[in-house]
Amino acid sequence: MPYDPSDPLKDRITDIGPRYYKEFYPPVIEKNRGKWVYHEIIEPGVLVHVAESGDEVYTVRVGGCRLMSIEHIREICEIADKHCDGYLRFTTRNNIEFMVDAKHKVKPLMDDLKNRKFSGGSNKFPIGGTGACVTNIVHTQGWIHCHTPAIDASGVVKSVMDGIFEDFGQMRLPAQVRVSLACCLNMCGAVHCSDIAILGIHRKPPMVDHEWIDKLCELPLAIAACPTAAIKPAKTAEGLKTLEINHERCMFCGNCFTMCGAMPLADEVGSGVAILVGGKISNRISKPKFSKVVIPFIPNEPPRWETTVKAVKNILTVYASDAKKYERIGEWAARIGWERFFEKTGIPFTHHLIDDYRFAYTTWRQSTQFKF
Amino acid sequence: MGKHKTPMLDELEKGPWPSFVSDIKQQAEKGKQALKDAPDDLLGVMELSYKDKVTHWKHGGIVGVFGYGGGVIGRYCDQPEKFPGVAHFHTMRVNQPASKFYSTKFLRDLCNLWERYGSGLTNMHGSTGDIIFLGTTTDNLERVFYDMTHELNQDLGGSGSNLRTPSCCVGLARCEWACYDTEEACHELTMEYQDELHRPAFPYKFKFKFDGCPNGCVAAIARADMSVIGTWKDDIRIDQAAVKAYVGGEIKPNGGAHAGKDWGKFDIVEEVVRLCPTGCMSWDGSTLKINNRECTRCMHCLNVMPRALRPGTETGASILFGAKAPILEGAQLSTLTIPFIRMEPPFEELKELVNKVWDWWMEEGKNRERLGELIQRESFQKFLEIMELSPDPRMVSEPRSNPYIFWKEEEVEGGWTRDIKDFRAKHQR
Ligand code: HEM
Ligand code: HEM
Ligand code: SF4
Ligand code: SF4
Ligand code: SF4
Ligand code: SF4
Repeated sequence: MPYDPSDPLKDRITDIGPRYYKEFYPPVIEKNRGKWVYHEIIEPGVLVHVAESGDEVYTVRVGGCRLMSIEHIREICEIADKHCDGYLRFTTRNNIEFMVDAKHKVKPLMDDLKNRKFSGGSNKFPIGGTGACVTNIVHTQGWIHCHTPAIDASGVVKSVMDGIFEDFGQMRLPAQVRVSLACCLNMCGAVHCSDIAILGIHRKPPMVDHEWIDKLCELPLAIAACPTAAIKPAKTAEGLKTLEINHERCMFCGNCFTMCGAMPLADEVGSGVAILVGGKISNRISKPKFSKVVIPFIPNEPPRWETTVKAVKNILTVYASDAKKYERIGEWAARIGWERFFEKTGIPFTHHLIDDYRFAYTTWRQSTQFKF
Repeated sequence: MGKHKTPMLDELEKGPWPSFVSDIKQQAEKGKQALKDAPDDLLGVMELSYKDKVTHWKHGGIVGVFGYGGGVIGRYCDQPEKFPGVAHFHTMRVNQPASKFYSTKFLRDLCNLWERYGSGLTNMHGSTGDIIFLGTTTDNLERVFYDMTHELNQDLGGSGSNLRTPSCCVGLARCEWACYDTEEACHELTMEYQDELHRPAFPYKFKFKFDGCPNGCVAAIARADMSVIGTWKDDIRIDQAAVKAYVGGEIKPNGGAHAGKDWGKFDIVEEVVRLCPTGCMSWDGSTLKINNRECTRCMHCLNVMPRALRPGTETGASILFGAKAPILEGAQLSTLTIPFIRMEPPFEELKELVNKVWDWWMEEGKNRERLGELIQRESFQKFLEIMELSPDPRMVSEPRSNPYIFWKEEEVEGGWTRDIKDFRAKHQR
């Protein structure tokens, strides 16, 4: 029976959860699950995992846009049907993994993937994203779907990945470099622990739509949403209830706008990109680290965000030539000292980079040890 | 030629990286999606944002499917006359299978469903892990939900102040380092807490993430209120012959991860022994020794020599609580709270922890206060009391350096009630 709008609760099914993951295993994974002995990256983008039984699974990893049409997904299915017995997987970083169970199946699969191009000429399935490389950028929605972004997401990611494309398909960096993008301070993508983070920030406090605000919003909710208590109740000259913002206290987070659409803050020149570096998640050698702000602002430059791309490339290039093997960007900067980081990258150090939010003191230098 | 001129977006068709613009255009041209004009109008409104440098989406209000408080993000375009195809453009979060393996049959079923009722555009996947159906009208939400549950045996994921869709690394399915079954744990807890996932009853969002080892491929330590990270208690398994093979250059170090540059001959002392953060390894030219009691399981040596070194066999997980992105009280990583628990299906011990944490947070948490912030506000000590755990030096990186200890009255001999007269008997005013 199809859905009947006049009786929406008829035959309703709820709380059944996702499908069971084991339904979707390729046979070689099902057979050897939990019995893998080791893996090796045989060339960029191609992994082999070897099991106790001697079975092997070859994985070809390709970059994907997380914004994907169903026509494109159907093409992915066609490839998986042709080469991979009808199975595939996606990774946490929006890559696609095609798996085959024998070495001789790898080359035909790779040739097929390499030959597929979009009408504009870009690769549909670039191979890479393994080992000491820059893998795919995880990102959020931006101008394609969200209401609070300071920057676009998909377009910035496309521009940056075009700029550092060579390092997606090679493994010549000192360690892996994880780049992430979030289009506002809310950081849906949690970019706060990335080697390089591209973050959208606003720099103008919200405007208040005095005439409409009391009709559109619950004023107390907007007041309560502000983390710095910058918002208080007010009255217009005409006696309408409204809100007033203490501009000096605003940290441009947009929480008020999320609660109340009558307080927009995005702006053509006020909003743009901040760059953070040196975060990591893995526990390898050193502990996980937060990313640190090194470039406080770059204007929005659609469609190709040239200055942002250049900034990311510069950091990557200096790091690649100066860091020791195994050093992540944050470990490298900590070893040479942040004063050297700014010297070597040529990035100006401005007052914006000194913390003045809560717990700021922990990031100031309490020592006479520094480098000239 | 599409419906709108998009000279700026067209620039994003160039270059080697896959172009989302070309992809949306192909959907606009070839696709048979129900919202026929959606791909074209999405390009149109994007182009306008590229010109204005400001988004054209409005906050979505409350939309959803009946009985659920999450899984749908409402969204309206602020130029509906110009772009009627995306005037209503709500997304639906579809709960992904743990570790994101798919059969092409299931993916095609999803595509057909979305073709029938939506824009034909998706996110594979959103940052939390869900499959995102990008853009449909309010009317179609129930239709998608009905067909999805009836025909695909598939449910929506979480959004809002509830349990968000849990996610995990590839784990046992294809990784030799997985110290417990991340996929089963993820699936089992997702199923156990369907009510919490669909019906918001929390102060704010709550996330579980499951990493199989300290490498952290789903970033649990940075992104989850409860981070479950695989670890082991006994000794790293060493195959000395394989160690020698690495030293002799017969096996590529790092599983080949650094093969793109000539880093010189592999040097086990420089690259492994000296980089070990605890200095617990030694190499005498023929045998690699690890003082396992001092090892902190950072994974470095295992990552460098995967064929020689493997995690121990007494495996389980460390449980950490409280990670979050910066809003409101600054970013936090999760704090180690339970150094080790066994992780056997159906994960009863883990569920008991979850229930204790939620009881406390739902009672004490303020509106929009994440667990990590509540722990900070009420103190880690309070959190341990709730969890019925004893303090352990493993929970801190160092003891406090300020002496502002909040002693409790019952901890001080004789309590706090004293008589000023007794004091005055010995000390003049
Ligand atoms: C030599 C060291 C490492 C090896 C061999 C390794 C192995 C793997 C494997 C097998 C995967 C695929 C798992 C999956 O897709 O779910 C993966 C993915 C991933 N790993 Fe690691 N890992 C290593 C170190 C790290 C470190 C140190 C980090 C921390 C920052 C890390 C972060 C990730 C991430 C974010 C993914 C997802 C990749 C993607 O989706 O493209 N890995 N890694
Ligand atoms: C005040 C804080 C926040 C607000 C107002 C907020 C708001 C939103 C909104 C409106 C969306 C939907 C985007 C869309 O599809 O149009 C979203 C998505 C999301 N949010 Fe948040 N968010 C906040 C904080 C966070 C934080 C701290 C995290 C993570 C730790 C987070 C994780 C996510 C994720 C993973 C998504 C899915 C986004 C995607 O698919 O890229 N959010 N959030
Ligand atoms: S990071 Fe901010 S702007 Fe971007 S999708 Fe999340 S809430 Fe929206
Ligand atoms: S943008 Fe943030 S800090 Fe500024 S007024 Fe709004 S809620 Fe407060
Ligand atoms: S977190 Fe560890 S166990 Fe899980 S996929 Fe990554 S390396 Fe493997
Ligand atoms: S896992 Fe880390 S701490 Fe343990 S022996 Fe290896 S390098 Fe040292």
